[in-house]
Amino acid sequence: MRTLLAALSLVALPAHAALTVLACEPEWAALVKEIGGDKVNVTSATTALQDPHRIEARPSLIARARNADLMVCTGAQLEIGWAPLLQSQSGNAKIQAGQPGYFEAAGVVSLLERPTSVDRAQGDVHPAGNPHLHLNPRNIERVAGALIERMGAIDAREAPNYRSRGEAFLKRWRDATVRWEKEGAPLKGMGVVTYHKNLTYLFAWLGMRELGTLEPKPGLPPSTAHLTGLLEQLQREPAKAVVRAAYNEPRAAEWLAERAHIPVVVLPFTVGGTDQAKDLFTLYDDSLARLLALLK
Amino acid sequence: MYRILLCAMALAMAASARGQNVPDELEQLRQRVDHLEKQAAAKPATNAFNPDISLILQGSVARSSQNPDDYQITGFMPSSANSGGEVAPAPRGFSLGESELVISSNIDPYFRGQLVASFTPDNQLEVEEAFFQTLALGRGFTLKGGRFLSSVGYQNQIHQHAWDFQDAPLAYKAFLGGRLNDDGLQLKWLAPTELLVELGAEVGRGRNFPGSDANRNGAGLWALYGHVGGDLGESTAWRSGLSYLRASASDRGFDDHDAGGNPVTGAFSGRSALWIADAIVKWAPRGDATVTNLKLQGEYFRRSESGDLTLNSRPADYTSRQSGWYAQMVYQFMPRWRVGYRYDRLGYGSVSAGSFTSADASILLTAHNPTRGSLMMDWSPTEFSRVRVQLARDNSRAGVTDNQVLVQYIFSLGAHGAHTF
Repeated sequence: MRTLLAALSLVALPAHAALTVLACEPEWAALVKEIGGDKVNVTSATTALQDPHRIEARPSLIARARNADLMVCTGAQLEIGWAPLLQSQSGNAKIQAGQPGYFEAAGVVSLLERPTSVDRAQGDVHPAGNPHLHLNPRNIERVAGALIERMGAIDAREAPNYRSRGEAFLKRWRDATVRWEKEGAPLKGMGVVTYHKNLTYLFAWLGMRELGTLEPKPGLPPSTAHLTGLLEQLQREPAKAVVRAAYNEPRAAEWLAERAHIPVVVLPFTVGGTDQAKDLFTLYDDSLARLLALLK
Repeated sequence: MYRILLCAMALAMAASARGQNVPDELEQLRQRVDHLEKQAAAKPATNAFNPDISLILQGSVARSSQNPDDYQITGFMPSSANSGGEVAPAPRGFSLGESELVISSNIDPYFRGQLVASFTPDNQLEVEEAFFQTLALGRGFTLKGGRFLSSVGYQNQIHQHAWDFQDAPLAYKAFLGGRLNDDGLQLKWLAPTELLVELGAEVGRGRNFPGSDANRNGAGLWALYGHVGGDLGESTAWRSGLSYLRASASDRGFDDHDAGGNPVTGAFSGRSALWIADAIVKWAPRGDATVTNLKLQGEYFRRSESGDLTLNSRPADYTSRQSGWYAQMVYQFMPRWRVGYRYDRLGYGSVSAGSFTSADASILLTAHNPTRGSLMMDWSPTEFSRVRVQLARDNSRAGVTDNQVLVQYIFSLGAHGAHTF
């Protein structure tokens, strides 16, 4: 069997020197890039303008999963509709669940909003907790620490390089976090309405208050009845703005904002969501700048 | 578990650390709680070692101008002696569809397994799929074994509850008896390329149409297929393929009738070869299908059969070359709502059966090119529920138009399904 496989594999191209990484979301592609530099060949399965819940295991993604040495995903069932298919259809032993080549960010972070009971009547809730964990810089720091180790374990030859690049990144990141926390201090206590519970970690980190979501329940599209109720609620307890991620459709946010006489703020949500958000640092810079503009 | 451990540790520390000051102790405890929380967070997200289980509930209420019980596709050999029900339109009035139980899980680091059991409305239990699949062969290889939906064509490997129309395309009904799920092995290889290039081979028992379950050593059916696919920019994904399927039939029975309407028992023994060309294109603005998206799909079938035919035990040489195709378009024009249209056409081609004519076997030997047009609209409140209205004008039977209307529901309970492209 082994010789047969070896013979057949001659048909395949020789492995590249660089580590090939398939990131499920752009934030993890950016993080891998920070750690690996030009030693890694990383692509993201999704863009900032796609809803990571609703991706299909399309042919190009299966082909990329086939060739990956490492798959870096959020986990916590965010990618449940497509990542398991990429794994099972890829014919790639390295990236299967439980193998070093499959990394889940949710595995090293304490998730918020872990439900005590799970019922589909509550909408598309994730049993492990809210998976949109990348908008708290402390979480990025934890994930980076684990990812440096993981990349080093898979590609031992470049491990020292990953470690030194990773440490340098972490140092810059911690400095930036201190700066962001100082800059973001005036946002504390600000009340906002969001589209989906995908900005929860950002608000929790900045001490902002999420007064409601445009979705009546996670994953359900906004309904007129729910938006009307939300509008009434905002008359009693006003919000500063409606905040949505770049990938969320704009109409419901505009509808509510117009009637509640508050602005809509579009956050990049992840790398590539706005022209300014080119990497993880500018993602946070831009997100903070857009929120701080509300105070002017 | 962690909590008990934590309490024990806290007590032990409190007892041993009387000399230290309290804030230090608290800080240590806080760090330990942090650490344990992180460990707890690292626990797998799905329910530990239990497999993913989901249940599909389906049903319909239908109205048709012709009796579904005597459904036939004139000009095409019926798929089996008693399979009128397998390929027929939905029964008139209220009826339950197939209730499917899907259980799947990784078995160990090397294998994955899946069972799809179907409870039919007439209280039968059918095994639709029961297979293992390798996870660790690597180098792009996957081996699958057991009973599984064949990867030939495009729609064949899509589970019925995920179809865009309530019923199968006419070509699937005529050439594959609805769909092919044989018992056997499949070896698949993905090329290490940026473009998806997938090559596969299947061998099987040939227990169903176009094969026939025979007590034989070796394989009764084999198939080869290749698929290529990729993206065209950010918004469009495509896949296209070519499949070849070869089956040996021995005494593959079917029911027909003569010009006088008297029943005729037919059987075919010989070789059946089928080519399928398929293509699918999916479009969504910026690749985000949440609000609007479009799906275009089409398949072309070409079959040749040659061998021996018997009609009421009278023999003849039989050869046929027949074809069929369908094309469909499904458009989601706003969240939750989709409309779709499908056109089916089969080509009678050439059929020769010795001295037999349509007077001896009127389904098999009446030259007829069946067509059908279907229109559907469905509403899916969530990924787990769908209600569909479907209209069809079906000219499967020669000289007769069957106007069909149905309302169908599909609900899925349990684990979040992952649907193939």
